[in-house]
Amino acid sequence: MAGNSSADTQVHPSEAEGVAREPLVLNNRSMGWITERICGIVENRQPLIWWVLFVPSVALFGCLLFTLFYLVSTGVGVWGNNQPVAWGWAIVNFVFWIGIGHAGTLISAILFLTRQKWRTSVNRASEAMTLIAVMCAGIYPGFHVGRFWMVWFLAPIPNANGIWQNFKSPLLWDVFAVSTYFTVSVIFWYIGLIPDLATLRDRASKKLPKFLYGFFALGWRGGNRQWRHYEMAYLLLAALSTPLVLSVHSVVSFDFATSVVPGWHTTIFPPYFVAGAIFGGFAMVLTLMLPVRKLYGLEDMITAKHIDNMAKIILLTGTIVGYAYIMELFISYYGANKFESDAFHLRILSGPYTWAYYCMFFCNVIAPQVFWFKWCRHNLWVVFIIVNFVNAGMWFERFVIIPTSIARDFLPGQWGYYSPSWVEKLMFLGTFGMFLMLFLLFIRFLPVIAVSEVKGVLPEADPHYPDWKRLREKRRQSSAS
Amino acid sequence: MSTATDKSSSLFGYVAEFSSASELYHAAEKIRDAGFRRWDVHTPYPVHGMDHAMGLGKSWLSAVVLCGGATGSLVALFMQFFTQVTLYPTVVQNKPTNLFTIPAFFPVTFELTILLSAFATLFGLLIFIMLPRWNHPLFNSRLFSKFSDDGFIMVVEARDPKFKKEETRDFLKEIGAEGIEEVAN
Repeated sequence: MAGNSSADTQVHPSEAEGVAREPLVLNNRSMGWITERICGIVENRQPLIWWVLFVPSVALFGCLLFTLFYLVSTGVGVWGNNQPVAWGWAIVNFVFWIGIGHAGTLISAILFLTRQKWRTSVNRASEAMTLIAVMCAGIYPGFHVGRFWMVWFLAPIPNANGIWQNFKSPLLWDVFAVSTYFTVSVIFWYIGLIPDLATLRDRASKKLPKFLYGFFALGWRGGNRQWRHYEMAYLLLAALSTPLVLSVHSVVSFDFATSVVPGWHTTIFPPYFVAGAIFGGFAMVLTLMLPVRKLYGLEDMITAKHIDNMAKIILLTGTIVGYAYIMELFISYYGANKFESDAFHLRILSGPYTWAYYCMFFCNVIAPQVFWFKWCRHNLWVVFIIVNFVNAGMWFERFVIIPTSIARDFLPGQWGYYSPSWVEKLMFLGTFGMFLMLFLLFIRFLPVIAVSEVKGVLPEADPHYPDWKRLREKRRQSSAS
Repeated sequence: MSTATDKSSSLFGYVAEFSSASELYHAAEKIRDAGFRRWDVHTPYPVHGMDHAMGLGKSWLSAVVLCGGATGSLVALFMQFFTQVTLYPTVVQNKPTNLFTIPAFFPVTFELTILLSAFATLFGLLIFIMLPRWNHPLFNSRLFSKFSDDGFIMVVEARDPKFKKEETRDFLKEIGAEGIEEVAN
């Protein structure tokens, strides 16, 4: 019998350490309970609030389609951007959305490599958020090129005169970075989904869901001869995504940093953009996960510890961002470049957009400082309010960087003021509609928490779990009754 | 002897359920030591250390991915040098159009390396684990379908040279199986 083995004499590592770690899943939930609770979200009727959110988000998505149609049929002049501010809300919103995606990849890849097991209950939803945010982001440069039907020029295909794309341009690097990021994120997300799709397949009673989940589960059988390659694939994808996610926002920052525009041309941009992206992304993860965990009763899996950890990451990255803001100001003061110091003088003191700078500074640097206090990290309302400050602040950051720098160029004769048109405003609202709509559909049709991964962090998932005899008794009793 | 093979040809194998990861782990060690070859354990999540208990080595998917990544780098460098230096040199921002252009080519090279590595991971994985395969004798077993919920399942296939209808069943019971089901081919 297995009882002769050493398993019952071994001590579980968490007990051996002498310090009881907070459990990742509360209330000693069993594997069956986890399956039931997460798959139940997909299988049962959605709560009323789901519909209350879904209907307006579809309406807003309709507004997005309408504005895009209006834009293409009329011309990009319907946007408010013009000389000197050629990069208006379109690029602000592009950078905003693409930044949000970064938290998903950070959770799925970097926290995986650093063996942060708490990631398992938030990684699926944040990866979904990444994909949706990148889709929202992709709309903007696509239409910002002016003639949307010519967007294939971005692909490395020569035009009619045999001229190739300029591979030395940061804008083309951006095309490669963002499309690679999206593709790799989809692959990572899908590979993670396969075991959970198999769970949904095995539970489905109706024919169509069984067929569809079964089709996408690819016939997964969960054998260890599959798992060992699967785990290697997951590790490799995490290792590939880690430098990728750091590169994407660095390349986005090159769009600005490699130009000669004062206010853009700074070497601090890549790390500053990456920290900001992670900061804003975690804020969006919390904005989505706090209501989801409440609505669907996931408090045992997304615990106070998860929220605490994410609030700490927000505090850290927010402080890095604050350091970058101050360092930018210091360099413009300390450096001898007159244009640079004027650009920042206009940004913080006398320019037309100083209000945006102070909004940004308050939301991104000052507001998250409350997370130094444990009480604030554990009070869900405080967390929810602060992360929404961060969401707004990160949008203002991109607004501050983009229009303020180009509205005041080298020659005062070229100066201008940019304000968005109603089309841009409606389009931005529309992307929020699209974001929310796709996220709600994700909750409706796919497991919002990675079922197989959460099971793997339970104490009894360890083959050297000391209390396995009790498990056997429990299981015998439940199968007898 | 001939009757035994006739019987086992209609039999795919045994599906045996264990009540915990610990028991499955130790049962796997015993099956491994008994010399079985065509068997597997099916679990809701990857059990830590199971590769060792089953006597499996490292997954060499990483080698496939290395090849994918190397292909990506070479394709990207070729594409950029060929189009920008050889085929149609365009001078933009006074950047050189020779070997010294290489710093400007790094971002795209990096991205394509990652992209092709990721594709190699996906398709390499599917080949290694022989999926998609939507039809399998195990899907007819009710007991087996518990693997995706909370079941710890061991499957011993009838085509294993060590497989004997009675002895294997008894052996599975002896090493702690709670329930055993026969699965037809």
